[in-house]
Amino acid sequence: MSPLRNVRNWLDERLEWDELVAPLRKKTVPLHRFSYWYFLGGITLFLFVIQVLTGILLLLYYRPGANEAFESIQYIMTQVQFGWLIRSIHSWSANLMIFTAFAHMFSVLFLKAYRKPRELTWVSGVILLFVVMGFGFSGYLLPWNTLAFFATKVGTEITGQVPIVGRPMMIFLRGGEEVTGATLTRFFGFHVAVLPGLATVLILLHLLLVQRLGISVPPRLEAEWSANPSAKRQMKFFPNFALRELMAWYVALAVLGALAAIFPWNLGVKADPFSPAPAGIKPEWYFLFMFQTLKLIPAKMWFIDGEVVGVLAFGLLGMLWLLLPFLESSQPLRTKSWITGFAALALAYITGMSLYGHLAR
Amino acid sequence: MPTPEQAIVNSSQLLPPPTPRRRFVKVLLGGGLLASAAAFLYPVLRYLVPPTTADLGGDSVVAGRVGELKLNSGKIFRFGSRPGLLIRTASGEYRAMSATCTHLSCTVQYRDDLREVWCACHNGKYNLDGRNISGPPPRPLEAFDVQVRGDEIFVRRRREA
Amino acid sequence: MAILRDSFRQFGAARPPIAFGLFLLAASLSFGQTKNSCLDCHAALPEPLGVSQEKFAQDIHAQKGLTCASCHGGDPTSDDPEKAMSRQAGWKGKIDRKQIPQLCGSCHSDPAYIRQFNPSLRTDQLDQYHTSVHGKRLAAGDTKVAVCIDCHSVHDLRAPSDPRSTVNPVNIASTCSRCHSDASYMREYSIPTDQFAKYSTSVHHEALAVRGDLSAPTCTTCHGNHGAAPPGVDRVQNVCSTCHVFQAQMYERSSHEKAFQAASLPGCVVCHSNHGITHPTDAKLGNGPEAVCMQCHRPGDTCDQARAALLSDLARLDVAIKNADQVIGIAESSGMEVSEARMGQNQARDSLTKARVTIHSFRKDLVDQDIQSGLNIATKNLQAGQKAMAERNHRRVGLGMSLLAIGTVLVGLRLYIKKIES
Repeated sequence: MSPLRNVRNWLDERLEWDELVAPLRKKTVPLHRFSYWYFLGGITLFLFVIQVLTGILLLLYYRPGANEAFESIQYIMTQVQFGWLIRSIHSWSANLMIFTAFAHMFSVLFLKAYRKPRELTWVSGVILLFVVMGFGFSGYLLPWNTLAFFATKVGTEITGQVPIVGRPMMIFLRGGEEVTGATLTRFFGFHVAVLPGLATVLILLHLLLVQRLGISVPPRLEAEWSANPSAKRQMKFFPNFALRELMAWYVALAVLGALAAIFPWNLGVKADPFSPAPAGIKPEWYFLFMFQTLKLIPAKMWFIDGEVVGVLAFGLLGMLWLLLPFLESSQPLRTKSWITGFAALALAYITGMSLYGHLAR
Repeated sequence: MPTPEQAIVNSSQLLPPPTPRRRFVKVLLGGGLLASAAAFLYPVLRYLVPPTTADLGGDSVVAGRVGELKLNSGKIFRFGSRPGLLIRTASGEYRAMSATCTHLSCTVQYRDDLREVWCACHNGKYNLDGRNISGPPPRPLEAFDVQVRGDEIFVRRRREA
Repeated sequence: MAILRDSFRQFGAARPPIAFGLFLLAASLSFGQTKNSCLDCHAALPEPLGVSQEKFAQDIHAQKGLTCASCHGGDPTSDDPEKAMSRQAGWKGKIDRKQIPQLCGSCHSDPAYIRQFNPSLRTDQLDQYHTSVHGKRLAAGDTKVAVCIDCHSVHDLRAPSDPRSTVNPVNIASTCSRCHSDASYMREYSIPTDQFAKYSTSVHHEALAVRGDLSAPTCTTCHGNHGAAPPGVDRVQNVCSTCHVFQAQMYERSSHEKAFQAASLPGCVVCHSNHGITHPTDAKLGNGPEAVCMQCHRPGDTCDQARAALLSDLARLDVAIKNADQVIGIAESSGMEVSEARMGQNQARDSLTKARVTIHSFRKDLVDQDIQSGLNIATKNLQAGQKAMAERNHRRVGLGMSLLAIGTVLVGLRLYIKKIES
């Protein structure tokens, strides 16, 4: 018997392995012209795993603390063998992951995969998106350079604008009234313990749901295929789709490696809390659309502070986004539902505002 | 011939005879996987080995060794990306301070004849505590803490964020 | 003062009501203050007799409790102009210009008196003034020269440390230029009137008035303030050497010092000018419009050759530093860590600066020492930059190899997928 068979038998006798993996063997992926979009979720997961691995490696040398953080990263970049590679991959993969997470979400929106019975998958996914942006926000501060320091200052300041709960929230985030070494320690705790724990639970839930409910198909196609079953085309997940997914992951690895080697992530200048903020401070690109919106809102709208209006509006939109599936009519044949239009508008707005924020001075 | 209901792409139990083409693909794939695994593992394994020069954190630097400096002399050392001045006074005490003059950022030096820190650019003078005592400099030089451990002289920044 | 009496008289019968009105005004204005009837009227008068309440409130003498009568005499308690401005009350009227230094000195040269207000204030200003060009000419009868109030202002006199004071270091040059740049005013004197214009182009002006570096020199730094006089041809380098110590030391030991002294040439000024001192460039050693050596030396003689050699040495070091900078810059923008080399470049630039200072010794061997140490440092940094570039290329090769491995996997996977699906 082949060694692989021996191992499988061994596992099966102790874990009932065959029964466990049986559903995976039966899992199929629908084949249609939008099937390529199905890769995005897997790529996001892959990038998350890369983050965990490179993050653990960075943890071996990184020191959280206002006195040491910047220098420890400088040490990683200059003295540790391949430290520059691990750190640059971590930073690039973070940005790529946020991008694929957004892309995955929008593809789910446009392919209408959030419909019943997949509402909980959507909800867990949106919360994951927020968690991922939280990873980005907390991780960005960890090098303790000037840009990160002031971006955090501005970002937490905006959180403080929420009425009633804003200020306590800001103090909780900052670990005090101002951004200090205490903020760094706190963000470090969020970044390596709290958020990973939360993300793991949510990812497991998300994957379990996808596994149980199968992969969704756009409504029009669904209608076609139920009318004409012979037109239905599917692909086995194992090994066919999985192998293709593996190819996508290898491509992602190639892109990451190239980015890390040709455009290594820079160190910046160590943060000095007593120096004034550099002109034109901006948050990272994934927060730009919100930042730019806030900048465009007039200082006062009726009697309310402009910023408060903006923050509340985004909070409300966030809630709306989370509960999107429950807001749509339950008639599955209404393909021209308002959510598609809304999603297109949101995509255009986010893209446009991000570009504007990037190009504006 | 698969039936319409079974229009599922299947990696069947058929075992076609191992043609050279099949072997080539297996070798290619196996070789590539091995090579890429090595390309990933090699940097990680090198990374895990701690470097020879220790990371003291940004605040601390080895400015010199005991016996390197004569009495009543000074030397410039690197502190982060800025120069620092290490002085051994006539009584044997060690002092350390930033070496960037607070007037126009020239590098200062220790004058053993004046027993003071002097800036050649515009005749600015500082005392051994770093305080500006004469000439254009508007502010004192940032003073550092000095600790001798074994035969290494450690210089550490004083402030904490 | 008779003018005031006469002009007031013309109001005729309206005098009492006007006086009453002014009295009410005075009463309301001076509510809570010591009586100073002078200001009550003079605040309402136009120039040149007018001194507004706000103006006088800025005056440091007023803030210390002195009144108009302290300098002008008279009776500040009386509202009647005839009583307030009476000779019996000691009223002096407008002080004659020739008397002004004496008047100011009556307090400011009295240490015991000044000690009551500011114990560390100097009390030798009047003595110094007598030694100055202004003081000497005033004694000879020339009332056009500066007296105390011309520089310090009057009635709104501020302490020199006040940034609005006319004698604050940042403002001194403009104060001096009020007369010294006025060609028609200075017509009968045999000195130029371009000093302020030239000074405004200088590095010292830029440091002081633009950057706010109070250690930079202004007119009084080199000429003195109360004892203002030009330093004198043989004293110039004493003045410059207060700050520019190294250059002065080099120059004093050089061949040029004796030569300039013998020719009664004003040392530093010969090459650097006195008022329009611009940032010196290597062009001073060249043979273009900014060249200074060729003002005296002839083309082709030994000095000209030495000059050319010095210039080429400096240029050599400058080029070496720039080359190293370029390589380090490319390495840095490719993401390589080169902060140590960058710091080393500062040291190289320091060497170049030192070489330029050593020029003042006019000895090529000394200059060469500095040039050589600078070249050594620049070469080291160039090598560090090149090492960083080699490491960068090394990384790209490594990347290429892993991309090859990844490419192989991708091709293999593609073929494998094709195989199992056929």
